[in-house]
Amino acid sequence: MTRMDFEVVVLAGGASSNLSPLVSQELPKALLPVANRPVLSYVLELLEGSNLKDLIVVVEGEDAAQLVGGWISGAYADRLHVEVAAVPEGVGTAGALRSISSYLTANDVLIVSGDLVTDVPPGAIAATHRRHGAVVTTLLCSSPVSGPSDSGTSGGKEKAKKPVRHNIIGLDPTRQYLLHMATGAEVEKDIRLQKRILQAVGQMEIRADLMDAHLYAFKRTVLQDILDQKDKFQSIRQDILPYLIRTQLSSEVSGNGLVSSESGSNKSAVQDELRWLSQHREIAPSTFQDSQPLSLKSQRDDQRSHKCCVYIANESKYCARLNSIQAFSDINRDVIGEASHLSGYSFSAQNNIIHPSAELGSKTTVGPQCMLAEGSKLGDKCSVKRSVIGRHCRIGSNVKIVNSVVMNHVTIDDGCSIQGSVICSNVQLQERVVLKDCQVICHFFSVLYNLPTSWYGRKKCL
Amino acid sequence: MEPRRPPRTVSDPKVRQVGFVTPAAAPPARTVSDTAAMPAAGASQELPLSGSSLSPVMIPPPRHDGLSARVTAPVPVPIAATALRLDNLQIRVGSYNQSEVLLGTPPMTSPSSRVEDAVSEFSDDVSASSLYGRTEPDKVGTAFPGRSGDLMPAKSVVAGGSIGGSHTPENPPTTSLVVKTLPGITEKKRGMLEKQHDEAAAPKPLKEKTTKAERRALQEAQRAAKSAAKEGGGADPTNTKKDKVVKPTPQKKDVPEVAASSGKKVDRPLEKERKKEVLPLRMQFDDKHKVEKVKQRAIVNQREAKSRVEFFQRLPQYVHGTQLQELEAKFFQLDAVHPSVYKVGLHHLSGKITGGNARCIAMLLAFKEAIKDYSTPPEKALVRDLNAKISGFVSFLIECRPLSISMGNAIKFLKNRIAKLPLSMSELDAKASIQSDIDRFINQKIIIADKVIVRHAFAKIRDGDVLLTYGLSSVVEMILVYAHEHKKKFRIVIVDSRPKHEGQILLRRLVAKGLNCTYTHINAISYIMHEVTRVFLGAASVLSNGTVYSRVGTACVAMVAKAYRVPVLICCEAYKFHERVQLDSICFNELGDPDAILKVPTHVESYLYGCMDNDNLQLLNLNYDATPSDYVSMIITDYGMVSCNQLLIYCSVF
Repeated sequence: MTRMDFEVVVLAGGASSNLSPLVSQELPKALLPVANRPVLSYVLELLEGSNLKDLIVVVEGEDAAQLVGGWISGAYADRLHVEVAAVPEGVGTAGALRSISSYLTANDVLIVSGDLVTDVPPGAIAATHRRHGAVVTTLLCSSPVSGPSDSGTSGGKEKAKKPVRHNIIGLDPTRQYLLHMATGAEVEKDIRLQKRILQAVGQMEIRADLMDAHLYAFKRTVLQDILDQKDKFQSIRQDILPYLIRTQLSSEVSGNGLVSSESGSNKSAVQDELRWLSQHREIAPSTFQDSQPLSLKSQRDDQRSHKCCVYIANESKYCARLNSIQAFSDINRDVIGEASHLSGYSFSAQNNIIHPSAELGSKTTVGPQCMLAEGSKLGDKCSVKRSVIGRHCRIGSNVKIVNSVVMNHVTIDDGCSIQGSVICSNVQLQERVVLKDCQVICHFFSVLYNLPTSWYGRKKCL
Repeated sequence: MEPRRPPRTVSDPKVRQVGFVTPAAAPPARTVSDTAAMPAAGASQELPLSGSSLSPVMIPPPRHDGLSARVTAPVPVPIAATALRLDNLQIRVGSYNQSEVLLGTPPMTSPSSRVEDAVSEFSDDVSASSLYGRTEPDKVGTAFPGRSGDLMPAKSVVAGGSIGGSHTPENPPTTSLVVKTLPGITEKKRGMLEKQHDEAAAPKPLKEKTTKAERRALQEAQRAAKSAAKEGGGADPTNTKKDKVVKPTPQKKDVPEVAASSGKKVDRPLEKERKKEVLPLRMQFDDKHKVEKVKQRAIVNQREAKSRVEFFQRLPQYVHGTQLQELEAKFFQLDAVHPSVYKVGLHHLSGKITGGNARCIAMLLAFKEAIKDYSTPPEKALVRDLNAKISGFVSFLIECRPLSISMGNAIKFLKNRIAKLPLSMSELDAKASIQSDIDRFINQKIIIADKVIVRHAFAKIRDGDVLLTYGLSSVVEMILVYAHEHKKKFRIVIVDSRPKHEGQILLRRLVAKGLNCTYTHINAISYIMHEVTRVFLGAASVLSNGTVYSRVGTACVAMVAKAYRVPVLICCEAYKFHERVQLDSICFNELGDPDAILKVPTHVESYLYGCMDNDNLQLLNLNYDATPSDYVSMIITDYGMVSCNQLLIYCSVF
């Protein structure tokens, strides 16, 4: 039997277009290193910490699946029982689920996005889901402050340039039910709310400071039925979730017999229980309803055909998604900074991690919230601040690295200055390159450039 | 001749009602003789509660011999309350054969028609035959072995003391009664009862299955292993000790006293014996040592509230709100807890399911689910393993919220059923049998019991009555709705209290059904009591000294009602009875969220905002209180309407 009747599906994605310069065929999104560990490992370790050891990892693309599968079997061979499923690219999250939905058997399904870096216990969402008997429960967390807020160099500018993408989320006054959800791209000037829902609730709290963390608990039968019947649904967030929220009050889902189409063994039990409950409810109606004295609420609960619930993460919890390049550098910064307990490393007295095999030249300083992986060499008079440096990097003298991520096998020659940038694996930077807020993808970068910030996110070189 | 006894004065001290008298003191019990000289307290003397003075919880030893020996004369004589108690008892014990007994009553074809009869008779306000003859005899016979007796005295007539309004307020529990029974005592029945009782007293019938020699051998082996281990590492003894500590008593959250002192080596059977005899004391949460122990085995580390009222320090009190989060966060770590049990626990904790009946039903259904999914691990006996599993569930539920007495009784029932399963039974059969037991318990002890109570109470409602109820009781609501549907014309006063405002739920539902309601808060109780003619109250439990354990405020309502000479009728299913004796609400209670009483609805901020951390401030939000039996005119149960004094008899059965 699955644990607590929950099955876990990790949607690891493939070569995401959002992260296009960073991810590639060789490096699927799931394996993108965050603090020198693939981002997927954060999810897997979170689940492992919650005693969830039977997982299904869905990866887009055969090649990516092989890479991810290979990594998982190497890293978690004896700890987790993971099945890696490959789905064709571009099917979307709903499509990915559709292809594996026939394997699901448990009562509820926990769906976790593979790019989630958080310390919110998944059990909390699952328990909330159970407690409410909801059809879907989603984790909401406060949206992260975007941009390198504490660098002070160009944070202000960047924020101003980035379009502000708000999620509009409507909650009921008790903050337990999800009544409306529109994510950044869909929000135009006007928000359309359903009158019926509004009438039923009486009051709706609209929040823009929350973010959907892409950690959902679904009732399996409902999910499968939706996947079966709505072929066009592409994404959980854009199609399935809004659909469920929209149909909260109408009996569309349960009325169609979707819910009642339980598997044979379950059916009798459920009916049995219902019979007892209804028998009692008939004569003792008082005992089975919410103790909430507000008439509106109770009425609504009666009408509600299915519940969409939310679990709002505590503000002290860290929760972020690696869905953009900005997020990538943010998460890298946070994982070795404020959310350092996530990284799984033990920090030194200077609040940084320097692998014993790393070599530092004379007068080289590595500041707090830095990470230096094994085999890296730093020349003299270097200065590293709030940065992650990968394995086997060779860094010359007089190099400044601030707020950056340097991946594995990077060669940086003397006199370079790197700020707020991401430097991918196997890159070679020649002398006195000045990089500011950009990514460098491949091979050589020889010219002395002061890249303007407008090149952010788009710079592919040579 | 029917024994005629002087009516009991109400002012009897409660302690005497309890009857801490040795059974030897009971008079020889052939009541064919004239019992006019019987002392007023004769009844309580009959109840041998010796040996259990150590503990507040008492399990009375078998007493059927003395009681069943009394044979009543079948002549109807109006007698007083004390007599009623005894007679009921005699009736119950003595009755065996339904048909024999029902000779005097008109033959009833179906239960429904019988109920109809009952209703009509109720309206006549005299006959009690309907009280007793309301369910199919065969069904009751199987489910409630001790209950068939109640069906029998079809001729016993309640010449309603409280019905006719002859109810003198000075003497509320005095209900005169006319009893006419057939001399229907059969030895067979008696034997059966005794046997049952013995079985109940010995909850480990399994042990007897193995032969003595085998047990002896096993013991020796264990002892040898133990001593060897002790010499070796010395770790084993601590292990065994821990084992014992971990074993929680099912329905009470205590560390068994025996367990605490079981570090030394005692012969196992001896220990068992002692465990049986020395009843566990209630967990005292001001005992730091024990609290530490409990914490070790606790699932969640609950933060305890800081400022606790001194009087109630021994009760568990945790910072409200933290519990749910921690429990939720550990959702996947709790291996042993079945999902359905987990769900019920969360519902209890979050207050989604409240009320004794609902909580009990939810728990039982969850257990049923769990049992369905259960499979015996290899090399273990279903009986023992399943009972251990249920114990685990129960301790989880206790962590969510202290058990209600109704739940405790249900758990006791369930465990008893499991323990009694024959070893030879296949797993599938055993599981099916337990599941059907659970169903039957829910159906008969709760659902049908409620229906019966409704019909009993309906007899007490007359046109033009003003009924007062307090808070939200499912059975009272059913009574009111039922009476309304049967065209009684009455008015309802719903008294409510902060902070739960449960009365509003009742109010909304009743108003929606077209009942005429008045809503007020408990502050105004003395004002509104002028116009009230009956008070109907629900109860969480009725204890064996007649104390009614119920939602806090009930005692206040009952007291005011008594002062205004309004009869107080408590509606309580018999499965909620408990043999414990409690004299006040301090010795055992449940603490609610102390912050809940702070919130003032009209003010956004509490008046006490900012001084919450003051050491001088202590908040107390009690959940229950104990209403002394003096304030209760009558208790309506599924076994009929009884005065508080008779309760002990019923308590002894369940």
